[in-house]
Amino acid sequence: MSLSQDDVKRIAALARIEIDDAQAQATQTQLNTIFDLIAAMQAVDTGGIAPMAHAQEVFQRLRDDAVTETDRHAVFQAIAPAVENGLYLVPKVIE
Amino acid sequence: MPDTSLSALAAQLAARQVSSRELAQTYLDRIAALNPAINAFITVDAEKTLAEAAAADALIAAGNAGPLTGVPIAHKDIFCTDGWLTTCGSKMLSNFVAPYDAHVIQRFKAAGMPSLGKTNMDEFAMGSSNETSFFGAVKNPWNPAYVPGGSSGGAAACVAARMAPAATGTDTGGSIRQPAALCGITGLKPTYGLVSRFGMIAFASSLDQAGPMAPSAEDCALLLNVMTGFDPNDSTSLERDKEDYTRDLQKPLAGLRVGLPKEFFAEGLNSEVAAAVDAAVNELKKLGATTVEISLANSKLAIPVYYVLAPAEASSNLSRFDGVRYGYRAPEYADLNDMYAKTRAQGFGAEVKRRILIGTYVLSHGYYDAYYLQAQKIRRLIADDFAEAFKACDVILGPTAPGTAFKLGEKSDDPVEMYLNDLYTIPANLAGLPGMSLPCGFDAQGLPIGLQLVGNYFSEAKMLNVAHQYQRATDWHARRPEGLQ
Amino acid sequence: MKWETVIGLEVHTQLATKSKIFSGSSTAFGAAPNTQASAVDIALPGVLPVLNRGAVECAIRFGLAIGANLNRVNVFDRKNYFYPDLPKGYQISQLARPIVEGGALKIVVPSTGSGQSEERTIHLTRAHLEEDAGKSLHEDFHGMTGIDLNRAGTPLLEIVSEPEMRSSAEAVAYARALHTLVTWIGICDGNMQEGSFRVDANVSVRPVGQAEFGTRREIKNLNSFRFLQQAIDYEVRWQIETLEDGGRIQQATVLFDPDTGETRMMRSKEEAHDYRYFPDPDLLPIRLDEGWIETVRANLPELPAAMQARFQNDYGVSAYDASVLTGTRALAEYFEAAARACGQGKLAANWVMGEFSAALNKAELDIAQSPVSAAQLGALIARIQDGTLSGKLAKQVFEGLWEGAGEVDAIIEARGLKQMSDSGELEKIIDEVLAANPKSVEEFRSGKDKAFNALVGQVMKASRGKANPAQVNELLKAKLQ
Repeated sequence: MSLSQDDVKRIAALARIEIDDAQAQATQTQLNTIFDLIAAMQAVDTGGIAPMAHAQEVFQRLRDDAVTETDRHAVFQAIAPAVENGLYLVPKVIE
Repeated sequence: MPDTSLSALAAQLAARQVSSRELAQTYLDRIAALNPAINAFITVDAEKTLAEAAAADALIAAGNAGPLTGVPIAHKDIFCTDGWLTTCGSKMLSNFVAPYDAHVIQRFKAAGMPSLGKTNMDEFAMGSSNETSFFGAVKNPWNPAYVPGGSSGGAAACVAARMAPAATGTDTGGSIRQPAALCGITGLKPTYGLVSRFGMIAFASSLDQAGPMAPSAEDCALLLNVMTGFDPNDSTSLERDKEDYTRDLQKPLAGLRVGLPKEFFAEGLNSEVAAAVDAAVNELKKLGATTVEISLANSKLAIPVYYVLAPAEASSNLSRFDGVRYGYRAPEYADLNDMYAKTRAQGFGAEVKRRILIGTYVLSHGYYDAYYLQAQKIRRLIADDFAEAFKACDVILGPTAPGTAFKLGEKSDDPVEMYLNDLYTIPANLAGLPGMSLPCGFDAQGLPIGLQLVGNYFSEAKMLNVAHQYQRATDWHARRPEGLQ
Repeated sequence: MKWETVIGLEVHTQLATKSKIFSGSSTAFGAAPNTQASAVDIALPGVLPVLNRGAVECAIRFGLAIGANLNRVNVFDRKNYFYPDLPKGYQISQLARPIVEGGALKIVVPSTGSGQSEERTIHLTRAHLEEDAGKSLHEDFHGMTGIDLNRAGTPLLEIVSEPEMRSSAEAVAYARALHTLVTWIGICDGNMQEGSFRVDANVSVRPVGQAEFGTRREIKNLNSFRFLQQAIDYEVRWQIETLEDGGRIQQATVLFDPDTGETRMMRSKEEAHDYRYFPDPDLLPIRLDEGWIETVRANLPELPAAMQARFQNDYGVSAYDASVLTGTRALAEYFEAAARACGQGKLAANWVMGEFSAALNKAELDIAQSPVSAAQLGALIARIQDGTLSGKLAKQVFEGLWEGAGEVDAIIEARGLKQMSDSGELEKIIDEVLAANPKSVEEFRSGKDKAFNALVGQVMKASRGKANPAQVNELLKAKLQ
């Protein structure tokens, strides 16, 4: 199985990465080489094998419901690209 | 001074033969002299370093020193460090001054260890040669025409060049062990969950683990004592009793069962590396160890599995870099989506974008089962192989990387060729097992060769024992690049 | 063609925890922008989520309250999409293994016109924990949108029903019953203006008798029961008209505009979505141990459905009245205290739903702020029952109670509101009225019943409302025979 240029453009759009036609073509070639490597996986019979999502078989620890954070927005917003009146500014969002 | 072990430096500090400020200044001078050629550091801030050293001196003077108080260390630029530029090797974060400390940084600060600066790395830790850094490639101190390995290439190179007595690194698929091998130092990736990931910029969350990099196993044991420990801010941090990782260093190796995975000595392994590893096995036998052949049959699938799982997690982890709250934002854009697309196209380098695209694809509708789920199942098979192997041996031994350092630019156009460098290191990440690399010789060109140990879960003390006994019997780890004296 | 409406609701309830689901930030409403957005909430590089036990416990309470299956091991997934109010670029949610599956909610659909109110059971598909997003503020910042992340990370329980509702009235009844339940068990403050309880309605229509569902459109973010009703009614009309005009329904996400009363497509949802769900590697599977579940179960209050059944049984109120009286836990508790104080369930129900609720509404007060206690109302009703007060006089006493004029008997005494039950005194008034109204007497005797009522009215008037109406009836009848 190999990726088409449309696949590359579709996933680039999903990942919000601008890509032009020339880049899409080069990327297509590279990704297909990598997917050829990955293809080795498909031959393995994994029937009955439970997927392993975590390195340790442990359960989630829970935090007590308590407010522990203080207002640090001035510090955080000092490194923001655009802020006004305590808000982060972005190009107009249309719902 | 530069050849001194951490324990010796600590002793000199304790005996007031040297102050932390003097020690820091010595290393800062060496960085100033050597770094322009090596490019191991992204940020050096002498004023901050010396202030931290002065604080360490005050602790020592007040009699409040811990075992390593006053000993300086370099930190990989993946750890958020309050008030320090923290770039993760990326243009995306080239202006990011972190507003908080990573747990690892907090621990070193609490131990009174001044930071010598932030070390260069592959962008977002994605790479095996340190060539993907936005801040330029790091050069291998043994030969500046060669790569230092990656992604913790700056850390490995600065320790190899003795610009720092030790450094922190992180390892997702070999990023501590492979550069340690290529630069002739010792590096350890602990059991997943021993070192908090809080404040360590995520690449692949289920695989990332921080660890120490230093000339010797003994140094690593001392650093591990500082780095490990439960952190309530990381849900995957393990609640365990505190260990002293130096406790078994002096134990004799008699009776040690060393497992040699036949798959790690097969096709693809450079003959000089094979010979050096064989020699190391013989050395361990002389120290009383026995060997047993084991099989890690599914490890050949580690690279395909890794290049599904790690990019999948990364594609999601790196979504927060959107130009809204911090970091780079493209200067010109038409609308919101264009702002995202241009910010991310311009802010990320080629390898990072490649992996985001792979990850996006394998998680996308219709492909999840064939890629992501299948990879998670094979991940379990790989972990099961290790569990079976550890019934027959105490530690697994093999090469860290299939070859020694390669030339800058040699593999940078061929991602697959680059990925194969992590063939032997990735399985331990997938299983969550501890692994370490230690120097075991040099090739004909004088480039270092690394030996890898993989231990069972929580067997770091045992691995450090093996490595330390080997380093007592050999001097590979004590060699340093000529021409940099 | 006859059409059938099919509705399923997805309700986002903000859980009443002090801190956020994955960080220690406050969830309090109304703070200055981004002052309750911590490093975790704004997704600084390197930060990690740690799950709030309180949020999990809210979900357990809910699961137990609806008789659902609690997944003893459940998992958080990442839902990946880009939006400026979603700082990580993914929402932590539960897809494959939600904490709650199944369960059911009994609803009472009010009668339409003369019909009986109808009881129905709506089944739930699932309820899962997730984090809320921040808010986009669209007022103009030089053509930009402002982002406030105070709400980002507020715990949500998303409650998904089966598509079992067949009218907007049923959907509203279900939403109300759910609202009652989540506030009843204390997991949500229920404040719809502040967005604590937000409803998405999946609406489709199909020809009556057709087995397959029609194509649905999802109406997002309805924050009042009235809008829910209006939006569904509009949407159903629109879908039927579209189909009858030969058009087709495209699956879509729409917004309801209360000003126009219409729904419109959301532009941000036009592009195809691919959320790329996968288990969050930063969070481990959640285990619910039996001891915890049993502790939560033991601490659950009596639930609305059980209380409704008991009210019908113990106090003889109708099913519909029982559902109204259990509209909130405070109301139910008030009713029961009043009913116990007077021993008159039906009368207490009428007073609580009538005079009392009207007074609260008029004064815009909560039950907790009511100037009239349940004990006082009970005492008042007791005075009606023992004949001291007529209904009309009782309303005057109630006004006195509301104004804080003292206890029931003191008000009766002070204002001279005691019902006239002395038959001698009453007979005297009746004789005077009969003498003064010979025409009415004549009319009654010639068979006009209406004239009797006029005479009763005259007697009541002459007694200044204090005559016992039953007694007046009785005496008047005797006199006229």
